[in-house]
Amino acid sequence: MTIERKLKNSIIYLDGGTGTLLQEAGLPLGELPEKWNLSHPDKVAKIHRDYFASGSDIVCTNTFGANVFKFGDELESVVEAGVKIAKTVAAEFKDKFVALDIGSLGKLLKPLGALDFEDAVSAFKRTISAGVKAGADLILIETMNDVYELKAAVIAAKEVCSLPVFATCVFGSDGKTMTGTSPEAMVATLEGLGVDALGLNCSLAPDQMFPIVKRIVACTSTPVIVKPNAGLPKVENGKTVYSVNALKFAEDMAKIAECGALVLGGCCGTTPQYIAQLIEKTKTICHKLPKDKNLTVISSYTHCVQFGKAPVLIGERINPTGKKRLKQALKEGDIGYILNEAVTQAERGAHVLDVNVGLPEIDEVSTLTNAVYEIQAVTDLPLQIDTSNFEAMRSALRIYNGKPLINSVNGKKESMGAVFPLVKKYGGTVIALTLDENGIPNTVEGRIEIAKRIICEAEKYGIAKKDLIFDTLAMAVSADSSAAEVALKSLSYLKHIMGVNTSLGVSNVSFGLPNRDFINSTFFAACLANGLSAAIINPNSDEIIKTYKSYCALFGHDENCLNYINYAQSVEAVKFEKTENKQSGNLKLEENLKYCIEKGLKLDSAKMAEERLKTQKPLELIDSEIIPALNSVGKAFENKTLFLPQLLMSAEAAAAAFEVIKNKFPAGANAKKLKVITATVEGDIHDIGKNIVKTLLINYGFNVFDLGKDVPPEKIVAAAKQFNANVVGLSALMTTTVVSMQKTVELLKAECPNIKTVVGGAVLTEEYAQKIGAFAYAKDAMETVRICESLEKQIN
Amino acid sequence: MINEFSCGISAVDLKQTLYYLGVKGEAEESLKRLLCESEREILSVISPKAVYSVFDYCVECEQNGELNLQFAKVKSKSLCKNLKGCKKIALFTATVGTGVDRLILKYQKISPAKATVLQAMGSALIEQFCDSLNAFLISEYNAVKPRFSCGYGDLDISLQRDIFAALSVEKRLGITLLDNFFMTPTKSVTAIVGIL
Repeated sequence: MTIERKLKNSIIYLDGGTGTLLQEAGLPLGELPEKWNLSHPDKVAKIHRDYFASGSDIVCTNTFGANVFKFGDELESVVEAGVKIAKTVAAEFKDKFVALDIGSLGKLLKPLGALDFEDAVSAFKRTISAGVKAGADLILIETMNDVYELKAAVIAAKEVCSLPVFATCVFGSDGKTMTGTSPEAMVATLEGLGVDALGLNCSLAPDQMFPIVKRIVACTSTPVIVKPNAGLPKVENGKTVYSVNALKFAEDMAKIAECGALVLGGCCGTTPQYIAQLIEKTKTICHKLPKDKNLTVISSYTHCVQFGKAPVLIGERINPTGKKRLKQALKEGDIGYILNEAVTQAERGAHVLDVNVGLPEIDEVSTLTNAVYEIQAVTDLPLQIDTSNFEAMRSALRIYNGKPLINSVNGKKESMGAVFPLVKKYGGTVIALTLDENGIPNTVEGRIEIAKRIICEAEKYGIAKKDLIFDTLAMAVSADSSAAEVALKSLSYLKHIMGVNTSLGVSNVSFGLPNRDFINSTFFAACLANGLSAAIINPNSDEIIKTYKSYCALFGHDENCLNYINYAQSVEAVKFEKTENKQSGNLKLEENLKYCIEKGLKLDSAKMAEERLKTQKPLELIDSEIIPALNSVGKAFENKTLFLPQLLMSAEAAAAAFEVIKNKFPAGANAKKLKVITATVEGDIHDIGKNIVKTLLINYGFNVFDLGKDVPPEKIVAAAKQFNANVVGLSALMTTTVVSMQKTVELLKAECPNIKTVVGGAVLTEEYAQKIGAFAYAKDAMETVRICESLEKQIN
Repeated sequence: MINEFSCGISAVDLKQTLYYLGVKGEAEESLKRLLCESEREILSVISPKAVYSVFDYCVECEQNGELNLQFAKVKSKSLCKNLKGCKKIALFTATVGTGVDRLILKYQKISPAKATVLQAMGSALIEQFCDSLNAFLISEYNAVKPRFSCGYGDLDISLQRDIFAALSVEKRLGITLLDNFFMTPTKSVTAIVGIL
């Protein structure tokens, strides 16, 4: 019998803890347990045998920590030995299985840690390949604190073999993983990736897991794994014992099994005795496969967004169509602008953010992937990956942390043939446009026909109707007066007769008309009344938000109208504040842009700059107010009458003013010629100081290319050549990494003799900078600015 | 045996924060506002957690200039001095969680001033948490020595590897160790506390 068959027919029992048993068998503290696969195979075999004998259907190989980072070239032999031991023992019994046990790599992934997503995938592949070759029956990925790492492991397993994959995370008593993922978000991500069973293990005792198990069972259509600890360890009579004994463990597990969990076992502190008790207490419980919950969900790394309940707002601001300033930002690689758009839309109440970076002159594959990665570092909203470039779609889906919304597929054969395999592999809910090779049908019937065809085709790839959201295409009403009506009627049919979720790009309808907000918000209200599940809208539009809040209050999506009340009152408050600001503004004698920047007033600086640009030229404004303000703040910092936070607040206020100038006059805001590269050297991950330097340099109008942290010398040299840089600023914080600073300086001298290197960082001194041959040492960010200013004069 | 410790933290030590930021004297109004905002945000994302174990220790443990800490042997004159007269040692690892790192990361991209303030607050918070753990150890074991971390004096930072193994830090707290022995999440501390 295969494990998949068995899972359909009965509860499956895993084994219990291994670590403590190995220690009892003599494993010394500090020695890697997996080494015993080679040195003490008999002792490892005995543990497996005891578990099988006490009733486990599956034992996990002693490979939890077997990864390339810990074992290097010894890895394959350790893993193979581990699987062979378990296989040999399994053969002594009937119908027993061996799971290749995969634990965390022990390195946190970027952006929180230093490990690259693809490097994680490669590392997992090595362990999994070795285990599969040795004959494992399934892959069990467990004790994951980070769902993102878990995603890398599942992708690795799927790319190496077609064995069943079981996957479990660690949850805290707060109901979240260490990296903040809810049970529902974990389920969405893992079901998207197509695992065979999912759940949780370690950290908690069975009764503490119960509420989390309930939440998982409520939202998953996949068999659930539960593998708790035997409570907490304590010392009794000089021996370590666990707070939950075998009987209590088994009784609590029976409740968990009644609740619907199908794969049961134990983690830290559990022994063969626990498993025997567990089987005794649960063997009569009726086996029920989970029902298809038929939920349409997407997720970020923290939470889910569900379609079909309250309408979902998808922010449309990160899409260059018709947006000059965003186009410019994309061309210049100005990710900061895009991230600000992301954060603002989140603050305005968007539930999902659309990410589209399609411009003819940029490399969409790398730009989209990078944008998705960077946006996920600043917001926990799920994203809509929006592209017609299938390679960009693939690349972005792969590194996305969660289960994304995908925009879009349509009725064309080519589109479905390219998009559906990606959805199947990486998971996602996809927006389906009701158009095909013949264009957009003019009739309701035509659009419904295409929708049906898309559902049929998706099914062939194993993609359920619940993972499709239909967009019936709102076209410009100015060009075709029936456009709104056809879109609405199709929408209503799809929602109410076919039972699928729907979405619309609301703003298209007003194309070519003045004051588009009026039309948009009325159309939006009509869509909502016809059953729209999601709308792509501009969250900065007050009209749209008003309509949304009012709709939710009117149609039961806002308990006691609390959200509406909050919103309505905040709108008034804003108006009130505005008038008050004006009054106080008139009273302040010295209130000008210079003052706002000096005081670090970000919003006021932007407003003031806006005001001034009505009468003043941009360069005049920069020279008469912004630069003098920065200079006076810089001097005060140097004289120690003002400190780092204020210096940075002023920098931000100046940046806000520059942003306004850039918006009005996209060309020519950057007056300086000097090109500066900034980087933290290889091996060093501390970039606080370097980021401060970067912020100030940008403020003073220098052209800055920041390479980030942990940058190898070769990469810095390559970038210096590519950007034709004049200055390279290097930072190092640790004595151990000053060596790589020296290497970088030497390589730069050899390859680009004209480049000036400016170095700084906690452990550096003037003397040391000279010793390693740097052009200059800067003790802080202001000094770097001064050095660059004098170099700027030289090149002019 | 590995024990767990946790406690709530309801306010950030602002004095310490300003010290880390290099601010002298009274903070001016706009900075006060920034501190207030940052404090609210950072307190909503922290999850302080620690694990610790207690080991026997005696001066006789010292051989050939090597201290036997039970979980590892280490050469360190400064630690030896710190542990003078101790009968036990408590080894701990503490963290305020990944939420703080994520928040800092977010603001590094959109507000350098806030990111810098949050960095300082994160450092203040992990120190506050370690102080609470210290206070708990005092209540359990009476007199203790000041906590001592890798990198203090001549105590080699590579001891981190042994500390991680001894306390199952990766598994119990989800903290990971980089090749250069730094930890992620970054607002984490490992230390040895001598017990008299």
